[in-house]
Amino acid sequence: MTIDVADRLPDPRQDNQDPALFGQTPGQTVGPFFHYGLPWKGGADLVGQSDMGARPELFPEAHYVLHLSAPTGTPQGQMIELTGRVFDGDGAPVPDAMLEIWQADAAGHYPVEADADPHFVGFGRAATAEDGSYRFRTILPGRIARDHAPHIAVSIFARGVIKRLATRLYFAGLEAGDATLSRVPAERRATLIATSGGDGVWSLDFVLQGDRETVFFDL
Amino acid sequence: MSYQRDDAGAPPSLFPDYGSTRRRAPLQPLLRVPQTRTETTGPAGWERLMGPALADLTTQHRAMPQGQRIIVAGRVLDEDGRAVPNTVLEIWQANAAGRYIHGKDQWDAPHDPNFTGAGRVVTDADGRYRFVTIRPGAYPWGNHRNAWRPAHIHLSLLGPAFATRLVTQLYFPDDPLIEIDPIANAVPMPFRQRLVARFDMDVTEPNRALGYRFDVVLKGCEQTPFEEDDHDH
Ligand SMILES: [Fe+3]
Repeated sequence: MTIDVADRLPDPRQDNQDPALFGQTPGQTVGPFFHYGLPWKGGADLVGQSDMGARPELFPEAHYVLHLSAPTGTPQGQMIELTGRVFDGDGAPVPDAMLEIWQADAAGHYPVEADADPHFVGFGRAATAEDGSYRFRTILPGRIARDHAPHIAVSIFARGVIKRLATRLYFAGLEAGDATLSRVPAERRATLIATSGGDGVWSLDFVLQGDRETVFFDL
Repeated sequence: MSYQRDDAGAPPSLFPDYGSTRRRAPLQPLLRVPQTRTETTGPAGWERLMGPALADLTTQHRAMPQGQRIIVAGRVLDEDGRAVPNTVLEIWQANAAGRYIHGKDQWDAPHDPNFTGAGRVVTDADGRYRFVTIRPGAYPWGNHRNAWRPAHIHLSLLGPAFATRLVTQLYFPDDPLIEIDPIANAVPMPFRQRLVARFDMDVTEPNRALGYRFDVVLKGCEQTPFEEDDHDH
């Protein structure tokens, strides 16, 4: 018996389509060369329309195919800046990391929830600079419930970071009574609490490894 | 509600064969905390965030890029097999010679002025996506002597929640570099094979492009909440 050549198919093999392997797709590092693919101009500015967040100097201008931030209106609330640096286990800055933030609006509503501020996207993305620094412009999030202090969820990606590192940023002086922070060992809580430099600028470094290692969550 | 934790296929943070993890992987265990709305919600309105889809990476410049045109298609599902509709999948990759358009990529393989290697697609109501690109080349890297990355496409998904965020890499069948690549092998066998696309005649188009099928499976949602959850006033 022969089959028509047009109907021949390769033998099945163990791969992405194998039902016996079905389950969560494993994470892999973002690598060092994500800058032309992920952090768009304005991705780190949740309030205005600046170019914050991208590193367009790392590739030819003709190859910028990412989004240009569009006007979305001005969200309600107190405008703040988040800044700091990302360090590795040797204390060296990480120049090829990417941070993402996700947060509630000024009234404590996430943008997908009812009553959320229609002018607030709640999500931002920023590549670190050569000195490992990052910067976001956003608004101070409200409380999402009585037992939760204002906070921002943070994801960190980098070459050498195999799977997304999830953490949170709290605000010094506003962090009391938080149900999640209270589960963090007291001696490590400071790794999650940004300090105010005045003028609405809040600073927090993220340390991937070592003595001051940031607390990362199992999500 | 809360999302499932990592399953058995999840790689560790520290995998010394992949040298960059040695000083960048956290050494403290990850802290398990009850999920709140912070973790169970996530950004939506991908077009407002990221702009319109770029589903064909071969038509972004004046002429066709060098290399073999391919189609990658599949579905985004959760681990219970449910479709994840209307979610964005971001794509970036090297060109056919294995060179990134990135200025810090110092390998001397040629750039292709007609290929950037970045795109994004959004899944339809059934979780389906499809994009057109060229098959990326393998490239050398400095991890160890004679180290070469297998051909791969980088993929980034937001999914429905902060908890489902995923960045991964797609590999191609019959690439002998996969089994000696430290990054791919951070994923324990047999789960490493979840990252290997299948060549598929149903995705392949006559006289146009070879087709590969690749499904992305995000963390599923369990309905039994932690008691601390949902203190929603
Ligand atoms: Fe790569």
